[in-house]
Amino acid sequence: MSRLRKAAALLLAGALAAGTAACAAPAGGGGTDKNLTVFAAASLKAPFTALAGEFEASHPGTRVVLSFAGSADLATQLSQGAPADVFASADLKNMAKVADAGLVSGTPRDFASNVLAIAVPPANPAGIESFADLAKPGVKVVVCAAQVPCGAAAKSVQGKTGVALKPVSEESSVTDVLGKVTSGEADAGLVYVTDVRAAGSKVRGIPFPEAAAAVNHYPIAALKTSRNQELSDAFISLVTGAGGRKVLADAGFGSP
Amino acid sequence: MTFTLDAAVAARGFDVSLSLAEGETVAVLGPNGAGKSTLLSIVAGLLRPDAGRAQVDGRILFELGPGLNAWTAPHRRGSALLAQEPLLFPHLTALENVAFGPRSAGAARAQARQTARHWLAEVDAADLAGRRPAELSGGQAQRVAVARALAADPELLLLDEPMAALDVHAAPLLRRLLKRVLAGRRAIIVTHDVLDAYMLADRVIVLEQGRITEDGPTRDVLQRPRSRFAAGLAGLNLVAGTVTGTGLRTAAGQEFAGRHEEPPVPGQSGVAAFPPSAVSVFLSEAHGSPRNSFPVTVTDLEPHGDQIRVRAGELSADVTPAASADLGLAPGVGVYFVVKAAAVSIYPA
Amino acid sequence: MTRHGYSGIPRWVLAIAAAAALFVLLPLAAMVARVNWPQFIPLLTSEASLTALGLSLRTAAASTVLCVLLGVPLALVLARGDFPGQRLLRSFVLLPLVLPPVVGGIALLYTFGRQGLLGRSLEVAGIQIAFSTTAVVLAQTFVALPFLVVSLEGALRSAGSRYEAVAATLGARPTTVLRRVTVPLVLPGLASGAVLSFARSLGEFGATLTFAGSLQGVTRTLPLEIYLQRETDADAAVALSLLLVAVAVIVVGLSYRGPAAAGRRAGSSAGSGQVRG
Repeated sequence: MSRLRKAAALLLAGALAAGTAACAAPAGGGGTDKNLTVFAAASLKAPFTALAGEFEASHPGTRVVLSFAGSADLATQLSQGAPADVFASADLKNMAKVADAGLVSGTPRDFASNVLAIAVPPANPAGIESFADLAKPGVKVVVCAAQVPCGAAAKSVQGKTGVALKPVSEESSVTDVLGKVTSGEADAGLVYVTDVRAAGSKVRGIPFPEAAAAVNHYPIAALKTSRNQELSDAFISLVTGAGGRKVLADAGFGSP
Repeated sequence: MTFTLDAAVAARGFDVSLSLAEGETVAVLGPNGAGKSTLLSIVAGLLRPDAGRAQVDGRILFELGPGLNAWTAPHRRGSALLAQEPLLFPHLTALENVAFGPRSAGAARAQARQTARHWLAEVDAADLAGRRPAELSGGQAQRVAVARALAADPELLLLDEPMAALDVHAAPLLRRLLKRVLAGRRAIIVTHDVLDAYMLADRVIVLEQGRITEDGPTRDVLQRPRSRFAAGLAGLNLVAGTVTGTGLRTAAGQEFAGRHEEPPVPGQSGVAAFPPSAVSVFLSEAHGSPRNSFPVTVTDLEPHGDQIRVRAGELSADVTPAASADLGLAPGVGVYFVVKAAAVSIYPA
Repeated sequence: MTRHGYSGIPRWVLAIAAAAALFVLLPLAAMVARVNWPQFIPLLTSEASLTALGLSLRTAAASTVLCVLLGVPLALVLARGDFPGQRLLRSFVLLPLVLPPVVGGIALLYTFGRQGLLGRSLEVAGIQIAFSTTAVVLAQTFVALPFLVVSLEGALRSAGSRYEAVAATLGARPTTVLRRVTVPLVLPGLASGAVLSFARSLGEFGATLTFAGSLQGVTRTLPLEIYLQRETDADAAVALSLLLVAVAVIVVGLSYRGPAAAGRRAGSSAGSGQVRG
């Protein structure tokens, strides 16, 4: 009996260890010298994937591990102790949260900006041409909830222009807003210029001048948990340098 | 003929033709798997035969076959089913169970309850009205089930071995109850007990392998069995008479001492039953209580397994071939049949 | 356990069982530990929270009613029917149990959405489902229906059809049999199925998010509110999560009393049909 129990205990311990190892592996870059773990806002997926490739090419033997999620999620994970080398946020607020927790080494640097654009289905059934058109009765508009950055931006644009929208839904993420537009459920959605670019032909983007009222700034910073500050700084230099600028501009991002 | 049935179910090798007169009760006997329950299911409308026709008082129950597809749903047939188990609805009281049929027929609640009370009283279960089925014994529940079936005022009552699940004390009580309520009622009773047939039915049908092998008045079938199955059943000696304090007296004045299956009510009509194996054959009278000894004349001898069955009119006895030879038994010989009182069961009839 | 006699459970099984129970309980305890107790009541009683809770309770109740209305006939057909394709139908009905809710949401979108199979005709008729509370109820019903059907079909099968046959021979029409015999017999199973459906509706998130959207008071149910609060106010998200856990515990507690009661009842009714010595 006691041998069986020992075996069971070993089995359990083994399972737990395996589970921990499996969970730790993808994010465990902070501990290995040649791995660089980058936590980046979901909207940065395309340009950062391209930049990571460039970085690996110019730094042989280095592997860039990218983790994309909502900025708030990433900030929460970091404050819960997730090991990472670099954090790129889609807004200043979440960067400030991480900085306030004492996790940032140095000062965060803005590297890109993003503005809202109207996304409509390719056929544009509601005939939207301007921001004011969104307030026309019967138009089904979907925006982000005020709690998330794209929603906060939408709110400040409304405040500045005096155009009050009556959205049929306030989604938790840009992806959900875009989904409602591509599926044809909504007549229009407020998303970022970069999202319209990424969605390709599935939606039509309508830029509007009032968007300038709410420019979203993207800050990037190295983290204190990083074991390789030099590599982190090198990556940040790439993003903020001319090479990074070009890749980001191709994805629709504005200058910082 | 007020109820007629012709039905065939190919998959079960079932092919039966049957009719019942007004007020006639028919017992269906037969070995397991002979199709007795199939017969009841077809009449009740729970099983659809491949072909056939059934009508009750000119009303078609079903008419199936090439080009024919008439079918009356079970609830429109007026054929209440009483199964081996009472199957009282567990969420209803005994009274509500009995009122179920009248309610379903459209009676008002008060009217249905009144009918239910009448039938509960009829089966001596008036005091059980407020009980749930879980609070009833097997015999009580089956009595309530009888009341429920009768309260539906069926044109044809179907009974599927109603005594089979009851213990030895409850069965005689229910049998007597059924004898009372089935009198003059059109019913089909499936049973494996020849006593049920003898006491409850006007007519007996023997079903073997999906076919009717015997059909006739109960006494005729049991006394002159033509089918092997009926012959096996008919072995039981049954003597009718009047109940006395110690046993039974036949119309001819013959006294039978026996074991009363129920508290005797002297003067009531009854029946004495005993198996041929309990009967001994002597050439001279062998007295001595508690034995029954009576003179008979041998009418027939026939092999019965490794024994010889000695028939004397309606009665029979089993003896070994050696004993038969010793006694010089042959038709026409006068002998005494002797049976211990303990082997004789007396039932009220 | 030992008080009631031989249990037959090896001790190492008990050890693993304890670990399994811990695996479920520990995250819940961790969440409770994270609750900002001084702010707990204000967080729960904020307007957004109360609106979301009210909407969740109302839509889950409506979905449960819809599940019963649709699920009882479906379970009856599956349990009592005898037709070709019955097993296939059962598999399809149970599909939402194993389907990721998002997939359910997408499927509903292409059915009831503006561009959907039925949605276009409905739109012509002046009925708009997208972004309405109706969409929430549809999404919840879609994912919760199998719970009711599975639970009820099991109850129907174990109850058997003999009582129904007897009721029919007593002259009861099929509808009367259903109302007075079948439903009362399977009531415990129906109740526990309805409770489980309610719980599943209450927790529904993925299909709602995909199909109905998220707007306070209209489509933003409690799980969607938690998901949104998580972005900015972790304390509020934890408080609301705890509320949802509490409601779920109550509901599951109720439903697990259900089957036990059903067992007792079935046992006693079976007993009445047996030989008594």
